[in-house]
Amino acid sequence: MKQKIRDILGKHGGLPVPVETLADDADLYAAGLSSFASVQVMLGIEEAFDVEFPDNLLNRKSFQSIAAITRAVEGLTGSAEAAE
Amino acid sequence: MTMTVGTSFAERAQRVSAVAAVHADDVDAKGRFPREAVDAMIAERLLSIQIPKSLGGEDASVSEIAEACSLLGQSCSAAAMVFAMHHIKLSSLVSHGVGDSWHSAFMRRVSDEQLLLASATTEGGIGGNLRNSICAIEVDGDTCRLTKDATVISYGAHADAILITSRAHTDAASTDQVMTVFTKDQYTLEQTHVWDTLGMRGTCSDGWLFKGEAPKEQILPKPFAEIAAQSMLATSHLLWSAVWYGIAVNAVSRAQAYVRAAARKSPGVTPPGALRLAEASNLLQLVKSNTIAGLREYEAAKADPDRLSSMGFAVAMNNVKIASSETILAIINQAMLIVGIMGYKNGTPFSIGRHLRDAHSAQLMISNDRILGNTSNLLLVHKQDTSLIG
Ligand SMILES: Cc1cc2nc3c(=O)[nH]c(=O)nc-3n(C[C@H](O)[C@H](O)[C@H](O)COP(=O)(O)OP(=O)(O)OC[C@H]3O[C@@H](n4cnc5c(N)ncnc54)[C@H](O)[C@@H]3O)c2cc1C
Repeated sequence: MKQKIRDILGKHGGLPVPVETLADDADLYAAGLSSFASVQVMLGIEEAFDVEFPDNLLNRKSFQSIAAITRAVEGLTGSAEAAE
Repeated sequence: MTMTVGTSFAERAQRVSAVAAVHADDVDAKGRFPREAVDAMIAERLLSIQIPKSLGGEDASVSEIAEACSLLGQSCSAAAMVFAMHHIKLSSLVSHGVGDSWHSAFMRRVSDEQLLLASATTEGGIGGNLRNSICAIEVDGDTCRLTKDATVISYGAHADAILITSRAHTDAASTDQVMTVFTKDQYTLEQTHVWDTLGMRGTCSDGWLFKGEAPKEQILPKPFAEIAAQSMLATSHLLWSAVWYGIAVNAVSRAQAYVRAAARKSPGVTPPGALRLAEASNLLQLVKSNTIAGLREYEAAKADPDRLSSMGFAVAMNNVKIASSETILAIINQAMLIVGIMGYKNGTPFSIGRHLRDAHSAQLMISNDRILGNTSNLLLVHKQDTSLIG
């Protein structure tokens, strides 16, 4: 999952540095993630994992780092399965 | 008989507004700083009302400040905008600097000395995209240095301190920004542009090459992204809207005075402008309701940084700004049509030209196209709020 998230971030994040150079807990905003690009990354993730981000996850914190995004997606796919 | 002097924020703002009204036409015609009105704000100690009581202020809420902005806007847009911009800067200090020793001590100074704060976000090559910087602050030991091509700094030459954005360090990405307080003795300004504009002339928003050096503890201890989302953008849209509402209220009051004068001359005959006045009053109420709803939303979200940083909140604040900046133009235009040539002429009791010119700045002050672009991006993931009340 993390690799898939990294791929999406590399494609849509518009970061000035390669994603491989970023640790899982590196601050993506400090790395140059703009608010425009963070929405594009969210869209990429929604499509790739077939999830929808609820409003309470649509904030800066959820997209602060690769680890934070992974947690958010895990939460969503977990609850999506439980709801089936 | 003893005279009682009103001490509420609104009563104090009303007295400043009366001073501002006397000089508003001269401020506009000469494009000069509204000195008398700002001196009156200082005399009424209005520059520190937002600061916590523990630091010498009066704990005024954003709604109370908005009311003062509207009262000032009804007499002099430039003075009102100076007051609004000062409090927008102060909101970032109050929201993000209270726990920090340098910024707390600085707020006490603002209270004690009634210091006036200006803002430098706009930069040559970047325009109004305030979440991007070219210039970078250079930290060298305990000192920080910054040079910025600041193309628009309102009342830059008259401020006691400037809050200025930049990249966080020389290697930082363009969106990795900080905001730093520089006091007047810590910077030089070299003029690069002259503010000779259609309206808002008295804001004296000249362009400057800013060069500053200060202790590095003056950098606000939070990323500017959070400062923008949690205090600056919201208070900008709300307090600007309050100023613009004030401008529109005064234009409608003038149009109403004109219609009433005509009605009194020939009772029984409804004056031709009366229907348009009803329409203007309707639009004015929309701007008022929209601004109040935005103020309530901000007050409710204020204690919760996550809510302030949420997309729903950003969309709501953006919408307040778009609606008020567009609608006041329709309202003031309506007032002009009601009054006719007496409104078009300067120097009559019904003149509306200054209002119309000043109001034209609203759509450009952070371009509405830019704001709509931002909202449209957010709406790709944020779902529309479907509730009416909450
Ligand atoms: C009265 C007044 C006082 C001001 N005071 C200050 C101050 O004290 N400090 C300060 O820093 N600034 C100040 N400003 C500047 C203001 O905040 C904006 O930054 C500025 O008005 C924007 O300038 P611009 O139109 O050249 O730039 P831009 O925002 O670059 O816009 C230029 C044009 O390009 C279009 N455009 C550009 N990018 C986009 C996009 N992404 N999406 C859609 N359209 C786009 C816009 O429609 C616009 O027509 C003040 C402005 C006014 C009117």
